[in-house]
Amino acid sequence: MKQMICIVCPKGCHLTVTPSGDTFKVSGNECPRGEKYAIEEMTCPKRMVPSTVRIEGGLLHRLPVITDQPIEKKYIGDLMKALNGVTVKAPIQQGEIILENIFDTKVNIVASRSMM
Amino acid sequence: MSAYDLVVIGGGPAGLAAAVEAYDNGVESILIIERDRELGGILMQCIHNGFGLHHFKEELTGPAYAERFINMLKAKGIDYKIDTMVAEMTKDKRIKTMSATDGITWVQAKAIILAMGCRERTRGAISIPGSRPAGVFTAGTAQRYINMEGYMVGERVFILGSGDIGLIMARRMTLEGAKVLGVAEIMPHSNGLTRNIVQCLDDFEIPLYLSHTIVEIRGKDRLSGITIAQVDEKMQPIEGTEKVIECDTLLLSVGLIPENEISRALGVVIDPRTKGPLVNQYMETSLEGVFACGNVVHVHDLVDYVTEESIRAGRNAAAFIKGRQFKAVETYTMTAPGEGIGYIVPQEICEQSTDDTVTLLFRVKKTYKNARINVLGDGEKIKSIKKLHLAPSEMERVDLKLEKAYQQLTVEVEA
Repeated sequence: MKQMICIVCPKGCHLTVTPSGDTFKVSGNECPRGEKYAIEEMTCPKRMVPSTVRIEGGLLHRLPVITDQPIEKKYIGDLMKALNGVTVKAPIQQGEIILENIFDTKVNIVASRSMM
Repeated sequence: MSAYDLVVIGGGPAGLAAAVEAYDNGVESILIIERDRELGGILMQCIHNGFGLHHFKEELTGPAYAERFINMLKAKGIDYKIDTMVAEMTKDKRIKTMSATDGITWVQAKAIILAMGCRERTRGAISIPGSRPAGVFTAGTAQRYINMEGYMVGERVFILGSGDIGLIMARRMTLEGAKVLGVAEIMPHSNGLTRNIVQCLDDFEIPLYLSHTIVEIRGKDRLSGITIAQVDEKMQPIEGTEKVIECDTLLLSVGLIPENEISRALGVVIDPRTKGPLVNQYMETSLEGVFACGNVVHVHDLVDYVTEESIRAGRNAAAFIKGRQFKAVETYTMTAPGEGIGYIVPQEICEQSTDDTVTLLFRVKKTYKNARINVLGDGEKIKSIKKLHLAPSEMERVDLKLEKAYQQLTVEVEA
C-alpha cells in the first residue's frame, strides 16, 4: 500500500494505492484522472514540463513552451538539454509545435503564447 | 483631453476580464491603461500550467490564460495603451497618464476600474539582518528574468518562503541547471499547494525546512551565504539551531501586498486588513463610480477567482455608466470579521432585493480541522457550514441571500 498526493489538478487529493493482481486499486480520488495518475505514478511516472526556448525577432528574447501532455520523468533532463539548443523565429502562434514527438514519446513541445 | 465611458487601470487578468465584461454589457467606449510593454500582467511570466480549471474547465499556462482574454479584447476592438503609467486620478474622474511616446496626457472617464494588482514583499519588509550584497531577489523578479528576459540569476540558490511562487521557482531554477539547496518556511506548514510540494520539491529532493527562517545574509559584492535557524512557536529563532548554507542567490517568496498608492492618493478608503480598497458587493469603492477588482482589492489564490470578481466589477461599472446608482439606498450592512477570521470582502453591502445573492470572500487566521463557519446577522445565526479543513492560504466563500436588512454581518469560525 502506498500513500500519494495527486498532482493532476491543484485540488491535491490524498490517494491510497494498493497492488491488486497485475494492476492497482486506487482510493481517495475525486475524479477518474486520479486513478490514472496513481497507476502511472507506480508504473511509469510522468510530468508536465514548462520551460522556454530562445526566440529571434520577437517582442521578448524567450518564448514559453510546454509539453502538450505529461512526459516520462526519466526524459526531463534530456528534454531540458534539447530545449537549450532550440531557437525559433517570430512570429509564433500559441499551440504551434516547437519540437514534435520528442524522443519518440508522442509528446510534442508547443508554444505557450503567441509572439509577434 | 480624450474621454472614455470606462477607464480600466491595469491590463492584467483583472483589468482584461473587467473590460471585456463591461463591453459585453453595452459599454463600447473603454480604455485600458497598462504600464508594461504588453497586456497580460504577471500571468506572462507564470509559464507553468494550472490556470483556468474553474473558468475555462481546462488547464492552461499563465500566458495562454492571458492570451484568451487579450484575443477577446482585440476582437471587440477595445482600446488600450501600453508603456503608460497612471500618475494621478481626481475625484471628478480625470486620469493623468505618462508615457515616453505621449508625454503627460489627461483622460476623462465616467467610471474607473482599479485593477493594478499587487506586488511582492521585499527583504526590507521582513527585515533580515546582514549585509546587502547582490543576489537577493524576490521570487517574482527572478521569474521574470529567467522566463521573459532569458537571464539566469544564480547557481547555488536558497529560497525563503514556501508559497506557490517559491515552490515553482525551486523547480524552475533546478531545471535550468541551478542547485536549489532548500526552501525555508517560518510557519510549521507550507502555504503552497500540495501538488507543488510533490512536483517542485520532492521530485528533485529539495529539502523543505519548516519552522525555519533566515537570521543572517552574508557577502560583500555578491551573496556568499546565509544562516538559517529554527523558530519557536512565537516565531523567534532558537539559539543553537543555526545552520550555515553557502549560496550565491536567495529568492524571497514572502507575501504580496495590493498596490494602492494611486488609490490612496485619490482618497479611496483602504481596509487595513486587506490593504485594498473597501468595496461593496458591486465591487464599487468608497467613491461612487470607482470600482476595483482582483489582487488590488485582496490577494487571491487562483487567477480564476480574480476573473470571477473582475467580471462582477465590469458588469456593475457598465450598469453605473448606464445610470444605476448603487449607493442611492437607504440602508447599508457592514461585514465584520469575527473569531478566527482575518478579513472579509465585500466590507459593505448596499441594500438590495431579497432575491440577489451576496458572495462573501474571506480568509481564516490559522488552520482548523472539523470546524464550522457561521454567519451572524446582528448576532443571530443565519448560516452555518461544516468545514473539514480551513487554512489561511485558502480563500473561503459563502453565498448568501439576505432576507432582511441587517446592520452587521459577522463571519466567525466555531472550532
